[in-house]
Amino acid sequence: MEESNSKAISVKALAKNFGKVMGGGDGSGSGAVAAVAGISFEVERGEIFGVIGPDGAGKTTLFRILTTLLLPDSGEAKVMGYDTVKDYREIRKIVGYMPGKFSLYQDLTVEENLKIFATLFNTTIEENYHLIKDIYGHLEPFKKRRAGALSGGMKQKLALSCALIHKPEVLFLDEPTTGIDPVSRKELWEMLGRLKKQGITIVVSTPYMDEASLCDRIALMQEGKFLMCDRPQAIIDSFGKNLFSVKGDNMGALLDGLREAKGVLSCFAFGDSHHITAEKDNGTSSAVTAASLKAELERAGFEGVEVTKTEPSVEDCFMELLSK
Amino acid sequence: MKVIEVENLTKRFGSFTAVDNISFSVERGEIFGFLGANGAGKTTAMKMLCGLLRPSGGRGIVSGFDINRESEKIKASIGYMSQKFALYEDLKVWENIRLYAGIYGVPEKEATERSHTLLEELGLEKERNSLVKSLPLGWRQKLAFSVSIFHKPTIVFLDEPTGGVDPVTRRQFWEMIYKAAASGITVFVTTHYMDEAEYCNRVSIMVDGRIDALSSPASLKKEFEAESMDEVFRKLARKSKNGEL
Repeated sequence: MEESNSKAISVKALAKNFGKVMGGGDGSGSGAVAAVAGISFEVERGEIFGVIGPDGAGKTTLFRILTTLLLPDSGEAKVMGYDTVKDYREIRKIVGYMPGKFSLYQDLTVEENLKIFATLFNTTIEENYHLIKDIYGHLEPFKKRRAGALSGGMKQKLALSCALIHKPEVLFLDEPTTGIDPVSRKELWEMLGRLKKQGITIVVSTPYMDEASLCDRIALMQEGKFLMCDRPQAIIDSFGKNLFSVKGDNMGALLDGLREAKGVLSCFAFGDSHHITAEKDNGTSSAVTAASLKAELERAGFEGVEVTKTEPSVEDCFMELLSK
Repeated sequence: MKVIEVENLTKRFGSFTAVDNISFSVERGEIFGFLGANGAGKTTAMKMLCGLLRPSGGRGIVSGFDINRESEKIKASIGYMSQKFALYEDLKVWENIRLYAGIYGVPEKEATERSHTLLEELGLEKERNSLVKSLPLGWRQKLAFSVSIFHKPTIVFLDEPTGGVDPVTRRQFWEMIYKAAASGITVFVTTHYMDEAEYCNRVSIMVDGRIDALSSPASLKKEFEAESMDEVFRKLARKSKNGEL
């Protein structure tokens, strides 16, 4: 067996361009847009792999190539050892795909939708019920309701049930938590954790940086490229700067004050505090410390200032990578 | 001065009460976060405040006009932007600005002048003749926000304005919100990012059609003995009886 066959997914120099976006009359339309710009990576079997990036980063294009719905321009991609171009029929049997946009039959009932998916894959709801019990259980009281009449969260659960009913080996979820409130998001991630225990490899995309820590490994994606691909902790460990969390009485003015402070490289609002980066201190006297920053801000007239050195989150890392 | 003042506002659809007797007010220049789980009634409440939906009961004043009787006047005096719909993608940048300026009755000469300033501030002069759909999402959202306050409304309603936007642009967007609020525009905003709830002066959290909490982020965290707004939200939403229905 080839080395790449033991991986759930193996991608080499994958690229996909989309044709010219028509621009204004002055010819300002840009040329071909690289949605996926030469990506290589692997996903281990049984792993939860997160593709994290904003809208337009290329996440959906990547997912559509991996699920054989789109042909790449160049490079190659294998899913469970099968080539996405040559062996697309095999791949379609063993993957589950939940697109970002709700794509079930709105005029069919909850149960009818699930039945169609089961039948298409030569199975029955009963045969793989154990896989979806956890998720479908919430929906069963409404199985006679039309899918179009479900709330957002319920549609999501039905779509996930449909993607699971044929017991896929790899499950692709494209932005399952977009537009979903924090409580439902947490529930969905708990479900993914339980599916992982059943041995299913999960590839999931999200624009929410705080979901990174729930993945085994993540790729940070922007403009068709992976800025970084590693375990969340490894990405955090490679941050390379000192990070401080700053609070004060007047948070708005503090943002401007911090940007003018000596040695501050970047400064962004971060929930109830501001995060600033500074060069790592190598014992030099000019290095920014929590104490020196506090003193400087107080000299500038800020009150109630609290500065603490803090560990970066994946979001800090992403922002740092974007600014490079 | 209050820009929003509602009392016992209610909306029923058949036997289902989507908004259940809510009362609150928002001050001029305030950034007011309007949070709640999916299905809690946020969109319905917001539609009534914007003059798009007639309440089943209760009363309210938005921007000095009665939501039961003067909905057309409300529409003319507010700004609105959402993640789903903001600008016309098949129109050029300048065409979008002119269209909105026209709809809201900004005099042509003033519109021309101000659109130059606007594009300059956003660093978008070069994209003046580009179709909106060719702009990156982050730029589009920043432009959409500027357009939504182009006619200097008393209040702007932002419905999940930063969904899917990259983390740096998301923060730049909030700095634009601060600036608008400092100029006296009231900002009424919904979001699923709980760190953004921290940027609001006050936050309300809807559960099953009611407002179950309303205060500054700091006092909400104190009241619910929570470390973060995320935790406050989860503690409250857990009380929901409707759940996802």
